[in-house]
Amino acid sequence: MEPTKILFYALTAITLLSASFVVTARNPIHSVLALILTFFCLSGHYILLNAQFLAAVNIIVYAGAIMVLFLFVIMFLNLKTDDEESKTTVTKLAAVVVGGVLLVVMVAVFRVATMATYNPSSYTSKVGLVENLGMVLFKDYLLPFELASILLLVAMIGSVMLGKREAGDRHY
Amino acid sequence: MQLTNRSKEVSNKQMTLAEKMYLPAIAQGLAITIKHFFAKKVTVPYPEVKRYLGPVFRGHHILKRDEEGRERCTACGLCAVACPAEAISMVAAERKKGEENLYREEKYAAVYEINMLRCIFCGLCEEACPKQAVYLRHDEFVPIFTERDEVIYGKDKLVEKMDARYIRNNPDAQATPTEPSYSRLSS
Amino acid sequence: MNTTELIIKGILIVVLFGVTLLIAMYSTWAERKVAGFIQDRFGPNRAGPGGIFQPLADAGKMFFKEDFIPSQANKWLFILGPCLAILTALMSSAVIPFGESIRYEELLIPVQGIEINIGILYVFGVVSLGVYGLMVGGWASNNKFSLLGAIRAASQNISYEIGFGLSIIAILMMTGSLSIRAIVESQHGFAWNLFNQPLGFIIFLTCAFAECNRTPFDLPECETELVGGYHTEYSSMKLGFYLFAEYINMFVSSAIISSLYFGGYNYPGMDWVRETLTGSLGAATGHNLATLIGTIVLFGKIFFFIFFFMWVRWTLPRFRYDQLMNLGWKTFIPLSILNVVVTGFGLLFDIKYASWAIIIVMVIMVMVSSARAPKPVVQPQRT
Repeated sequence: MEPTKILFYALTAITLLSASFVVTARNPIHSVLALILTFFCLSGHYILLNAQFLAAVNIIVYAGAIMVLFLFVIMFLNLKTDDEESKTTVTKLAAVVVGGVLLVVMVAVFRVATMATYNPSSYTSKVGLVENLGMVLFKDYLLPFELASILLLVAMIGSVMLGKREAGDRHY
Repeated sequence: MQLTNRSKEVSNKQMTLAEKMYLPAIAQGLAITIKHFFAKKVTVPYPEVKRYLGPVFRGHHILKRDEEGRERCTACGLCAVACPAEAISMVAAERKKGEENLYREEKYAAVYEINMLRCIFCGLCEEACPKQAVYLRHDEFVPIFTERDEVIYGKDKLVEKMDARYIRNNPDAQATPTEPSYSRLSS
Repeated sequence: MNTTELIIKGILIVVLFGVTLLIAMYSTWAERKVAGFIQDRFGPNRAGPGGIFQPLADAGKMFFKEDFIPSQANKWLFILGPCLAILTALMSSAVIPFGESIRYEELLIPVQGIEINIGILYVFGVVSLGVYGLMVGGWASNNKFSLLGAIRAASQNISYEIGFGLSIIAILMMTGSLSIRAIVESQHGFAWNLFNQPLGFIIFLTCAFAECNRTPFDLPECETELVGGYHTEYSSMKLGFYLFAEYINMFVSSAIISSLYFGGYNYPGMDWVRETLTGSLGAATGHNLATLIGTIVLFGKIFFFIFFFMWVRWTLPRFRYDQLMNLGWKTFIPLSILNVVVTGFGLLFDIKYASWAIIIVMVIMVMVSSARAPKPVVQPQRT
């Protein structure tokens, strides 16, 4: 087997294991740490696909910022490992139904979807690097890109409004 | 009440933009510290460089001999009485025939011990001594000890050695009567 | 890539790794020396001449102290914390170009751990992971003060990462590349980025202080408020790893500051030196010697910045927490966005020094504001 193939299988195994540990872990902190490991393995997959920029951004944004905030909040909440009373039978049932529906949708989508293949004649080692990614983003997909940026702007304004102190009330 | 002319009144005034930027103040602070970086150091690297302790420093005890090399101490016990820490103890003995070159008077201290854990180096023994026999050296510390049995100093450590006589170099305090100076050696 | 190239590359990586560790080790000694000199003392001078063996003595002490794990602590995470801290600290020096290239027969091997297309993003990714070491360790200690220290570390790092990233975008726009080597090469000779991006440099430097948890931003280890900070419960070499990671981070950030703003291994007159050396000593030897001089120049810059880190540490007091957050969010982020916009206009109209406009405007505003400020009332001295 080629080294990349071995790497791929090892990474996939770790990804799946840590992803299932996210769901099964009793301690929420362990769960978050396993999720970080999952993101790492996903970045490894991106590197195997020659998408270095995506890998780095995945680590910076997800592992470096969002998961730190997750950890932050969970540390503050100080959840106990045996804090189980919120999980009643109804919630469990609802979770199973939602998860099952999602699984059905995913399977249906992947059955009909055709995977985009790469063209070996035009493929160079530069594909997937940041220059080409920029070209694609700012030429072919300019409108979705700008729409996403507007979405982010709206979210940002919303969070600023939520965090803003109203005149006269002091929270400390 | 104003204690110094440099006192500043604390104010809560609005800071100007220059003060809010911190940078000018930071540059000022950095200039001060770099000046100190190149300044002369005040530390004395102790065992290599020893500082002059002053003419009246009270250090290691010494039992003086007179100009002919005879011990001055007569074991009168006044130093032991004066000692506030009760560090001094002694045993008196009578001078035998043929020991006249060792002891100046008929009575002498056969044993003279100072407990250095008790001693507070106040110098009262020096002041109490009527024979100018006990002094606290101005130029030497009592060295550290690491064992309990090193603590009590006997005559072997206290009596002045003839080849290294102790003279207090104190030009400012010539008139002090308790001075073991050259003049008293010759008189 | 043939065998000779692999061997040379391997030796190079091992040497760079060793040099990183050695410099971090002697930074601990230098820190105490600098502290001593600034405070009119000598600093450590007992172990060897000038205290040169002090780091070895410290390491020996650290190894032989009791390795204590609190009984209620989460044991595995407690051990994982310092490991993560030191791992992430050591990872980031891989992409820094320490010199031009080594010539061996016909091969040209760059003096760099690994050249990747997105070098600066790699550094950012690794730096943003560094906070996990502190957070995991602080939480696993099962101690309120450690947890508060960890939370301070996390919020501070996240806040300053934004300013950190935005301040660099102006440079990336001017260079058009994310690779650190390309950024360094674009500053050939004396065309250092400092002269185009003075504001970006100040913001980057301050954010680097915050990311390294150095004074004046060392709130995660604030003894007066938090007993010790995130490492309150740590002892022995685990504590040593936390402290060591801080010094490695300091070295790496000094190297990145010198590479991004101070031209890395570039120095005025480097072409002349290279030509003279290759002319007089032959192609290979002269080339390698010129590379060595460039590397020495880079290390000079790095040492200056390490000294600067220490100099600031022994000068400034710590910020208050709200001051820290105000500075990060309300000052640095808007300023760096302004810097990006102004630099963009400069690039559009081909004005290289556009960023100076912000500095000039700020200086004018400062002067106006100081002039308009009410004069302090001079009280007559009572006699």
